[in-house]
Amino acid sequence: MASMRDIKRRKESIQSTQQITKAMKLVSTVKLQRAKVRAEGAKPYFNKMYATVHSILEKSGNIDHQYLKHNGSDMKGVIVVTSNRGLAGGYNNNVVKLLADSGLSKDQVQVYGIGKKGVDGLAHRGYKIVADESDIINEPLFADAIIIGKTLLDAYSAGEIGEIYLAYTNFKNTVVHEPRLLKLLPIETEEVDEASKEMQSIGHKQDQGQPEEENSRKAAPMNYEPEAEEALDLLVPKYINSIIFGSFIEAVASENGARMQAMDAATSNAEEMISSLSLAYNRARQGAITQELTEIISGAEALN
Amino acid sequence: MAEKLVRLEVIEPSGIFYSGDVAMIEYNTTVGEVGIYPDHIPMTQIIAPGILKITEQDGQKEAALLSGFVEISQDRVTILAESVEWPEEIDKKRAEEARIRAERRLSTEHEGGVDIQRAELALKKALIRLQLSERK
Repeated sequence: MASMRDIKRRKESIQSTQQITKAMKLVSTVKLQRAKVRAEGAKPYFNKMYATVHSILEKSGNIDHQYLKHNGSDMKGVIVVTSNRGLAGGYNNNVVKLLADSGLSKDQVQVYGIGKKGVDGLAHRGYKIVADESDIINEPLFADAIIIGKTLLDAYSAGEIGEIYLAYTNFKNTVVHEPRLLKLLPIETEEVDEASKEMQSIGHKQDQGQPEEENSRKAAPMNYEPEAEEALDLLVPKYINSIIFGSFIEAVASENGARMQAMDAATSNAEEMISSLSLAYNRARQGAITQELTEIISGAEALN
Repeated sequence: MAEKLVRLEVIEPSGIFYSGDVAMIEYNTTVGEVGIYPDHIPMTQIIAPGILKITEQDGQKEAALLSGFVEISQDRVTILAESVEWPEEIDKKRAEEARIRAERRLSTEHEGGVDIQRAELALKKALIRLQLSERK
């Protein structure tokens, strides 16, 4: 049986770990709140962006456009959004696993990594990392999304990559985060539908009055200046950028949500361990006292 | 009778930049400068760097509108701006530096279309920022 001193030392070490996990939980709770507010603020932009791109696609569904058809390259560019710090439960690993299980062949994937943990994980699994922009995720700006989007679109236009994917964690609510793999280019109309649902899930659900209003506004035919095809050329990059930015914001919210949960679980685990160790310690103490007493009594008896 | 007004919303990625009922909106698009009055036909336009002039009932407001697009529908105008700034938000020093950088690039590179285009765009943006920040 472990000695009293060992048990005490162990208990103290767990106590100090618990203090750390408790503090981390508080920090990520505050950060999560901030991330949620940001997601809320960004929402009108995405909704509008989606509506516009969608209506253009609807109108010009069958046109031959470079963003709508496959350009023949086998390579796939994948933007992987994870975090720079660990201790967030399965958050980073889930995204890495999602890509590994996606059925995309390893040698056809070029990873544009954002977040050190994901980059490390994928490099370890043998994926080719072509860019690492991990600093972005600490404080994602729209300008960062523009730069990433531009890099990928340039590679796409040059024929270096034939498809663009985005792997990130969708923030459903504080406790549910879902790793997602989204195809950005070439655009398929169903994919756009999918993407819209993603973007609409940012923050809280919209008030009910909105959809009807949208419908009535769509009644009048829309004119484009320049023409729809040309407008598509200019809008798609903006659309891609806004999805990338949206994924950053969702990922940050998810990261903090995941960390909050992980740290909450760690804190309560520590609590449990401390209570069982306290019990063991008290038993050991009681045992020691009993033993001492027995020794004294038997010593005194021997003298008589 | 009161002047006819149109609802204007300027949205940037981080939130709503401006929202209100206005008498006229002027901005620059890829096909030229335009002014929008209430009851305009529905239209989608792509923004080119320029100055956004908002004429409210009592006065005028200006902002640097550098990229994005506009959707005009029956009863409202929505500007989705990737980059829009009030004059007081403009960092004059940074704009000045951007101007010098762009001019330098334009004077050194003679061939290759893409870089020249990019530098020209950067120069245009810098000039608009400077112009607006000086006027305030």
